[in-house]
Order: sequence, then structure tokens, then C-alpha cells
Amino acid sequence: MSNLPAELKYTASHEWIRDEGDGTVTIGITDHAQELLGDLVYVELPDVGRELDAEEACAVVESVKAASDVYAPIAGEVVAVNEALSDSPEMINSDAYGDGWLIKMKVEDGALDDLIDVDAYQAVLDDEG
Amino acid sequence: MLIFEQSSNGRRGTAQAPSKLADVSSIPEAFRRKTRAFMPEVSELQAVRHYTRLSQKNFSIDTEFYPLGSCTMKYNPRACNALAMLPEFLHRHPLAPESLSQGFLACLYDLQEMLKEVTGMKGVSLTPMAGAQGEFAGVAMIRAYHDARGDTARTEILVPDAAHGTNPATAVMCGFEVREIPTDEQGDVDLVALEAAIGPQTAGIMLTNPSTLGVFERRIKKIAGMVHDAGGLLYYDGANLNAILGKVRPGDMGFDVIHMNLHKTFSTPHGGGGPGSGAVGVGSRLLPFMPIPVVDYDCDEYRWLTEKDIPQTIGRLSAWMGNAGVLLRAYVYARMLGRDGMHRVGEFATLNANYLLALLKKSGFELAFPERRATHEFIVTLKNQAKEFGITATDVAKRLLDYGYHAPTIYFPLLVPECLLIEPTETEAKEDLDGFVETMKKILAEGTENIKTLKDAPVTLPVRRLDEVRAAKKLDLAWRPTTAFDAPEQAAN
Repeated sequence: MSNLPAELKYTASHEWIRDEGDGTVTIGITDHAQELLGDLVYVELPDVGRELDAEEACAVVESVKAASDVYAPIAGEVVAVNEALSDSPEMINSDAYGDGWLIKMKVEDGALDDLIDVDAYQAVLDDEG
Repeated sequence: MLIFEQSSNGRRGTAQAPSKLADVSSIPEAFRRKTRAFMPEVSELQAVRHYTRLSQKNFSIDTEFYPLGSCTMKYNPRACNALAMLPEFLHRHPLAPESLSQGFLACLYDLQEMLKEVTGMKGVSLTPMAGAQGEFAGVAMIRAYHDARGDTARTEILVPDAAHGTNPATAVMCGFEVREIPTDEQGDVDLVALEAAIGPQTAGIMLTNPSTLGVFERRIKKIAGMVHDAGGLLYYDGANLNAILGKVRPGDMGFDVIHMNLHKTFSTPHGGGGPGSGAVGVGSRLLPFMPIPVVDYDCDEYRWLTEKDIPQTIGRLSAWMGNAGVLLRAYVYARMLGRDGMHRVGEFATLNANYLLALLKKSGFELAFPERRATHEFIVTLKNQAKEFGITATDVAKRLLDYGYHAPTIYFPLLVPECLLIEPTETEAKEDLDGFVETMKKILAEGTENIKTLKDAPVTLPVRRLDEVRAAKKLDLAWRPTTAFDAPEQAAN
């Protein structure tokens, strides 16, 4: 069973979002997503300063099986990216919610309201069977 | 061991040694090598043994079953090779005048005509040298069509999420943005999503039918109507043409352009580089934009059509006439099948796939689309075995190698977890299909009994399970000498 922290928000396309409480959020892919992808070998991240629309493809994660787009869960400006992933993409496999984070974004108040919580995400996973 | 590692200073195969060294005095001093290029120095027998051993390690359709989904690895009849290698073809110079090339041109013209008829298109150009180049030619023609009409606001190509990865790549290469269309749970294109995505910005849609999910897109005529009504064009990816060859024609489904992988459907060699051939067929809208050269016949003689005849052409895609030797093989294949034989390709490819599907289902393998009839290929998902026993698609694929089978395509399409995409083709006999099923059963039993047997596989091949992460991250592609002895510093000449 994959690990699902209760305090995070999620998307049906398997991203997680942590509200940092200072107008920024941290975004990554879920433990379930890294499990499906398998061993990651390459991560492509957006430029800092880029303005993203909600659901815009903003990063690429590539594993030994497949390359997959990561979508911005909400609109906002990229304020930081996890540079360490270029040398060690496997951190996403080992610590999807911690060292394996992808980007930090500055977002507007209330931007997270429409995202799904842990129960709704669990339901998405159950649906996928 | 690499042939470089067998090298011994001064050893040579005399048969290959030039009797006289070339005069290089006309090359300016600055551009001449100061040291000799390092070549392996071995005897003729060492070279022969080295490459013979390598060839024995090779896996090919000539030795074993090769159920690599979406790749159509079928038998390449020997007659195609023999006839394409007649000295009159082999020794023809690409610049030979048309008057001395009538036989060669006649073969290409007939191939164009046969491909037109079997796909229902209005024109065929044989010049693309691979499937990817055929795709590029197809989408470049769609672009040229819209540009010629001043319709430059069309910036998007629609691509279903079940598409081959080359489709979105091709659209981007041609300057378009890609919009992905989801698939419904039956494997068809989601029409509601398609309707929402179509608009004045739609340049076209790229579809594979049957799709990579191994099912036929049943509402293709409706899709064609929707895209055409919005002013877009339809591109047919010919990757899976083998399933419908001689039975259904892409032209009749409403497609404006199609690429054909002659190295799949028309049985020319592929795997290990082919070379391929991605001939394109077009409907009337795209006739003025075909890549050149095309062969024409005026009831008297055959001739090349060039930019003089097709001024709006997207241009040349190869120096001469595509992979001419491959085109000749495809021509012989089509002639051997004839009109009657061609539709049996689609029939037997489908029959073999459904036979294999039924037996595997009976043997405990779960199908990704159990309610759909397979076309020429189908998908097995191991998601339950993965959960219960830890048996992954990789494990089964690696164990198949131990039993002398090429692994099916795995983890593609991406939509299906732990999947094997299996395509037997029409050229396998029933006994060979039965043998494959028995082996699959055996592997499943091994996995449920002791998963280690599968995790250790392959154990009979020259290399064991590879570290794929290391292989992808720490590329080691070129051998370089490590000692002075390996690379003798010798002056040129």
C-alpha cells in the first residue's frame, strides 16, 4: 500500500501539494506515482520565475519504463526547483514527499481550495484498482 | 570481448591490406592526422570468429518467435531478398538516366499503385526512409495544406493518449502544439473530450487504427466527420496496418494522409536498423504536397516526378529514392501475395492474435480489454499477479528470454499497468503459438511458487538482469584505449 500523508492535497493525475503557509506551495509526485513509474533516471524541471497555468505540463519525470509529464496542480509562479534531482532523481523513489519534491510555487490565496484531499485521492487509487 | 581488446600491435589480415597507400599530399598539412587512427589489429580468422560469434548471439525472427507488440515482427520471405538483390538492381546507379532504369521505375510505380489501392488513397510517395520520416512527411503535408490556404491560425494537432510516442513528437517537429485526447474504458477515443478539443485552431488529428490498445476504433467515421467539419485533416499512423490489410482501407475511413511501415506490414527486414521505409499515401487534398520523387507512367515510359511537376511539394526526404532495396523487397512481397493473398494477411494476423488471447485468458492471464475482440495484437495486464505475488511484466519478459522467446513489448501503452503487448503476426504456425502459451503458463507457475526464479531471470543468456538505472544514467558507449600498448602512437604512413 502506498504512503499517503493526510495533511497534503492531491490531484487525480498523482501530484501532491503541501501548503507552506506563507503563500507558497511545494509540489511533487505521489508515492503511488513513483511506484508505477519505477526507477527514475531523469527529471526535467521548469525555469524559476515561469508563470504556470493550472494543469499546464511543467515537468517531465523519466523512469526505466516511461517518460511522463507532471502537471501544475494550480496556477502560480515557480519560485524554486529541486536542483538536487538532476544528479539524484532516485530521491523521488526513496522519499516522494520529502527530498523528492519537484517545485515550489507562489500561489494566490484560496488556490488550493479546489484540490482533492487524501480521502478523495485514495478513492481515485481504489478506482484505478 | 570487443574486437579492439583482441588487438595485437602489427597483426593484420593480409587480404585487406592495401597494396599502396593513398597520396595525401593534396590535403593541407594542418588537416592531416599526426598519429594513426586506432583500428583493431587482428588476423582474418580472429575477425571472422568474432563476428560469427556475435551473430550467434543475435536473436531474430529466423530463429525464434518474436511477439513484439506494435512492431509486426513477421517472417521476411527469402524470395523478396533474392529478387531485390538481382545484379541489375544492385548495380543500378542512382543517377542512371530514366531510359536505362525503366525496369526499376516500373517496380516502384507498381508498388505505388498497389499501396494506393490497398489503402484507398489517391497518391503514394515512397521516398520516406523510415516510419518516423513518413510521419514527419504526413504532418508536414498537413501544415503545407493549411499554409497554402492562408489558414495559419491552426496551431494544434490532436493526439489520443493511446498513441505511439512518435505522434506527439512528430507534431512538435512540424511546429504544432499537441493536445492529448483521453481514451474511454473500452479503449475508444473519448468523443466528448474530442468535441471539446476541436476548434478553429485544430490543424488535424493523428490516429492509429487499430489503436495501440489492440482494438479497432469503431467510431472512426464519426471522428473523421467531426475533424473535417472543423477544417482539420486526419493522419493515419500505419503502425498497425497489418491488422486490416486488404479488409478495411484508411482512405474509406476518411483519412487524408497515411504512412505505411513497409518494414512491418510489407515484411521487409527490421529490428537492428532495417533500414525501414515509411511510404506515405495521400487523399486528394494533399496530392499537391507529396514528397518527391514520385514515379509517373504515361503509358509509354516511366519517369520521375520532381518539383517541376509538383511545385508545392514538401520537398525531398532522401538523397535519391528512399531505401530503394527495401522498396523492391516490399514490391516482391506484394506481388507474391496478390490481391487475394493480401486480405488473408489481416485475417490470419487477427485470427492468430485472438487464438493466443483466448488461450492465455484460459491460462490465468488477465486481459486489459476483456470485452473487446483483439485486432492483430492484444494486451495482458499482470496487475493482479504483481499485487499478489510480486510478478511484474519485466519478470515475465526476462524469463521468456530464458525459454528462447523474444519478450513482448512491455509497459506500453502507458495506460495499462504491468502490461504485455503481444503480437504474433500471421506467419506463426498454430504449434508455435501453443508452445508460447505453454511457456507462459510455466512462467506463471514458477512465479507463484518461487518468485526468485523470475527475479533472477535471465539465467541462460550471455548477460544477466541488467541494472537499467545505471545503464540509463552512466552511459558507456565508446571503448577507449587505456594503455600506451592499446594505442600505439605511430606516425601517419
